[in-house]
Amino acid sequence: MTDKSTIPIESYSAFINRKRLVLAISVAATAVIGLFAVSAGSLEIPASEIIKTLLGKGDPQTQTIIMNIRLPRVTAAILVGAILAVAGAVMQCVLQNPLASASTLGVSQGAAFGAALGIIVFGGGVVNSDSAATAVTINNPYIVTLCAFLCASISTLVIILLSQFKKDLGPAGLILAGVALGSLFGGGSTLLQYFADETKISAVVFWTFGNLSAADWPELLLLTIVLFAALIYFLLNRWNFNAMESGADTAKSLGVNTRAVMLISMGISSLVSAVAVSFVGIISFVGLIAPHIMRRFVGNDYRFLIPCSAIAGALLLILADTFARLVIAPVILPIGAITSFLGAPMFLYLLFRGFKYHG
Amino acid sequence: MVEVRDITFAYNQNGNNIIEDISFDIEKNQCIAILGNNGAGKSTLLKCMDRICPAQKGTVFVDGQNVYTMRKNIMAQNIAYVPQNNESINMTVFDTILLGRKPYIKWDATYEDRHIAWSIMKKMQLEDFALRNVWQLSGGELQKVMLARALAQEPKLLLLDEPTSNLDPRNQHEVLRQVKEIAQEHDICVAIIIHDLNLAIRYCERFLLLKDAQVFAYGGLEVMTPENIEEVYRIHVHIIEHMGIPVVVPFPDEKVNVSGERQTDMT
Repeated sequence: MTDKSTIPIESYSAFINRKRLVLAISVAATAVIGLFAVSAGSLEIPASEIIKTLLGKGDPQTQTIIMNIRLPRVTAAILVGAILAVAGAVMQCVLQNPLASASTLGVSQGAAFGAALGIIVFGGGVVNSDSAATAVTINNPYIVTLCAFLCASISTLVIILLSQFKKDLGPAGLILAGVALGSLFGGGSTLLQYFADETKISAVVFWTFGNLSAADWPELLLLTIVLFAALIYFLLNRWNFNAMESGADTAKSLGVNTRAVMLISMGISSLVSAVAVSFVGIISFVGLIAPHIMRRFVGNDYRFLIPCSAIAGALLLILADTFARLVIAPVILPIGAITSFLGAPMFLYLLFRGFKYHG
Repeated sequence: MVEVRDITFAYNQNGNNIIEDISFDIEKNQCIAILGNNGAGKSTLLKCMDRICPAQKGTVFVDGQNVYTMRKNIMAQNIAYVPQNNESINMTVFDTILLGRKPYIKWDATYEDRHIAWSIMKKMQLEDFALRNVWQLSGGELQKVMLARALAQEPKLLLLDEPTSNLDPRNQHEVLRQVKEIAQEHDICVAIIIHDLNLAIRYCERFLLLKDAQVFAYGGLEVMTPENIEEVYRIHVHIIEHMGIPVVVPFPDEKVNVSGERQTDMT
């Protein structure tokens, strides 16, 4: 190799290092905001105290607040944000649709209907009136999660079938299908609530607000496992996703089994979204916005877009949750409403840009 | 060497065959032109050869190995395909060409993969574009990048679907000249779908004429007669020679005239 030919490989390395820098900065920002989120609240806890507590040297009162209230909440925000964002990025790739995400394809609404079914029909929820923040706990999270997942799968199945057999549907068509599914499940949820008793209705309504404090350490462990399992599968397929960006025919000619990658990726994306949504309720738009923010910085290169989207999702959800907790403290606003508030303008912005996904 | 055997394809079981019992061979270093009017099944034939549309019947052998029983990434190491319409993706030129190494990549692109991508880029004089975004390229540049990606696969068979349709005359010749050079350098078989008969005659050695889903004629320059072209394209042509180069001159308003005499309203 001549001297001249090494130069572009070096400049390419510099280019790749810039993407690594984006990832590193996002991780650092998430850590800082996460620390702030743990420290801020009715009792201000200085950062030094938090680090002491994490090392097991804090005083018992701070220890309780951090380990039982603040830290699980921030961890839930990180995990759920990351899961929804990664699922969104992958759905956008395999469906080749910039507007795909769990909440725009009716997957979240399906999960919500399933959760309502689990709470009302299968008795998976009880009301616990200790405080406003923990008004509802799901006493049988597994039945609620299972129902949420099964109903989310119905949406996924319909979307996959439509994108396979109606290839002329286009991005708008798929999103319209998502809207139709969303309203179908919304109607179903309303009917279920109509025939349910008051406690169950309040459990369902509270559930749909989205509540990051609903998840405790055992659920957080499950979310962690789910997130890492999905990340490993998605990262193993990052070159397949990159190939699929060039269109299905090109991907096939590069040796990608596009059908299998699409079906498995959609299945996993909706499974992990359903699990996240079933623990903390509907959190819209994070799965849509986070990948698009990161596409600006790292392009459609899934080697970086997958980890960057995960971090961006985590960051967005911590920010939204901290905002929800602090803006009219001590009242905690429903997180689902805050993310929609953030997400809707972004969605409109995408529409104004005319679905311009490739550049 | 590539052997195509009895390829038959229909979109659904009871529908008409888009192509029927297509068989032909391509020798090493050879460029063949696939010719025929719109809807003759040219694109479908290429897609069948690369299993993008799996043929209902028939198969393709590359160096004696059956493409239809290969694992997909092994197939992609043997056959590369450039579609007619390329999506302009939000990715750099270098990353796009590196994607051609996909069939060889286990966990991540190695130094060797990057080196191969880079040397192909250099050969095609794309090095100045390395870190430019693909969607910023002109039609000619985009076509070259897609060709470079296909060559990064180090295929034995290269399939090109109308590689020159969006290019200006200079770029048309440049792209085809590069294809031919690379085919000869690396012992690659090339099949090109092309509508410009003069470009086909200049750059291809053999000509596959498709008509009504079947092979109408296959051979060297001897099959490119005015009669065959008229039969396939339903247009009257003359073939003249200019400075030793055969040139196809179309006369759309003329009636069939096998003798080659002009028979217009002048008479």
